[in-house]
Amino acid sequence: MKRMTGVLLGLATALAGCQREERQLRLDPPIADALDRIALMPNGISGAPPDVYFALGKPYEVNAYNLSQGKRLYSWFGCKACHGDGQGGIGPSFLDGWWYYGPEMVSIFASIRDGRPHGMPAYRDKMTTDQIWQLAGYVQAIGSYEGKTAAPSRNDEKQTRPAENRAPAKLLFDEGPIPVHADQGPTP
Amino acid sequence: MIRAIGKTCMRAMLAALLADCSGWQSALDAHGPSAVSLKQLIIVIVVVCSLVWMLVMTTMIVALLRRREVRPATPSPHRMTVAVTGAVVATVLIIGTFTVISFLATHALGVAGQDDLTIRVRGLQWWWGFEYIGPNPSDRFETANEIHIPVGRNVRLKLEGLDVIHSFWVPSLAGKQDLVPGRSNELTIRADNPGVYRGQCAEFCGMQHAHMALLVIAQSQDDFDRWSNAQRQAARQPAEEELAAGLQTFLAKPCAGCHTIRGTAATGKTGPDLTHVGSRRTIAAGLFETTRGSLAAWIADPQTIKPGNNMPMVPLTPDELRTVSAYLASLK
Repeated sequence: MKRMTGVLLGLATALAGCQREERQLRLDPPIADALDRIALMPNGISGAPPDVYFALGKPYEVNAYNLSQGKRLYSWFGCKACHGDGQGGIGPSFLDGWWYYGPEMVSIFASIRDGRPHGMPAYRDKMTTDQIWQLAGYVQAIGSYEGKTAAPSRNDEKQTRPAENRAPAKLLFDEGPIPVHADQGPTP
Repeated sequence: MIRAIGKTCMRAMLAALLADCSGWQSALDAHGPSAVSLKQLIIVIVVVCSLVWMLVMTTMIVALLRRREVRPATPSPHRMTVAVTGAVVATVLIIGTFTVISFLATHALGVAGQDDLTIRVRGLQWWWGFEYIGPNPSDRFETANEIHIPVGRNVRLKLEGLDVIHSFWVPSLAGKQDLVPGRSNELTIRADNPGVYRGQCAEFCGMQHAHMALLVIAQSQDDFDRWSNAQRQAARQPAEEELAAGLQTFLAKPCAGCHTIRGTAATGKTGPDLTHVGSRRTIAAGLFETTRGSLAAWIADPQTIKPGNNMPMVPLTPDELRTVSAYLASLK
């Protein structure tokens, strides 16, 4: 009897593994429209995503397909030109533990959509809302201090930093003898 | 009555079978030297294998039906040796011949002279990018999903896969050749007869692998020159109000972030070059005939038509959709 239960439990676990992650390939126009209406704080830092974002279950943070699409868009739209592999260059790094506008999805979304001072262009007219959310999710994943179960696809080329789902920002964070940014906030 | 219906059915089936052998995408309808040598190889191997199969079957049936005789007490060892040696020699000979002729047939493929027309072929999910490379930098131009080639001339294809492995296969002209990321493969094709030859990706490359077709249009040298000169030109500035509005929409919306229309401010590199999209026979890698309606349908909802492809659904007003599809259809 015990063995039977074990076998059945194993079978159930195996079958549960057959479920495939849902890919949202086509965002209905009303939902895309709603997703565009984020509520930002007056200074453009932090705020709240629209209700529909939570109703969909934060798809741009936990869905591997969306993260992969974000990774593709990261190279398609030339983010590498300024931000490199995430370690910065002309533009700021995503891996040094310092977010000028905060690590929230809304802030990253707003940075990409509307641009920011000192050189970050607005991508409002170049990308759809869906794409901007996907890219924001990926950028947040690069700079994350916590590993994720959902990971974007692997690099074909040589790795220049730990993979996104390994929380590279935490691994690479080096405060140095003197903190680079005095007002950096709590260390990770 | 029943017999008549049976006869008609047989005839229809035979006609359908034979119809499959000709047409615009068939290895048995060869129109180029490499396709012809591959077809000969197919025929030789099928004929020889059929003969061997018939021989084996006949021997087996005869052995089964033959009346069993009273055997002599000791079967002749000599006869056994002859039979085994014969079978081994025949097998070695046939396999050896197959190896040699298939080596010779495939060895001759991909040989090209120096001054051939060169096309850089990029395989992407899920479309084909083509770049014509001439002796002068000004000869270069890009197109997608459709190539024109002059009849009777070798055309060298430099094959590159940009995301995953694809395979370039135009059965009527040549065999398959893979497009592997990080590696440059080459293939030479030649069409001996004018015509339209369809090809498609022959290596599973993701969700829309089945919708990754291309057309090779073989035409006379004069027609080819006329076509390539037209392709080299930038898109003309639209004079009509509707088309000008379409261009404005194209530039103001995300379209220009991925697509190039030479002669305009649209310089995106990740999607197909649309400078002369209206002159191509199909859109979306062989999915639809190019018409204003199919362009509008594609722009309105690419994710329903070809789920998973990299073109997002861009929200447009009906007026914007009308003008932008009219503009794209006008890009001859």
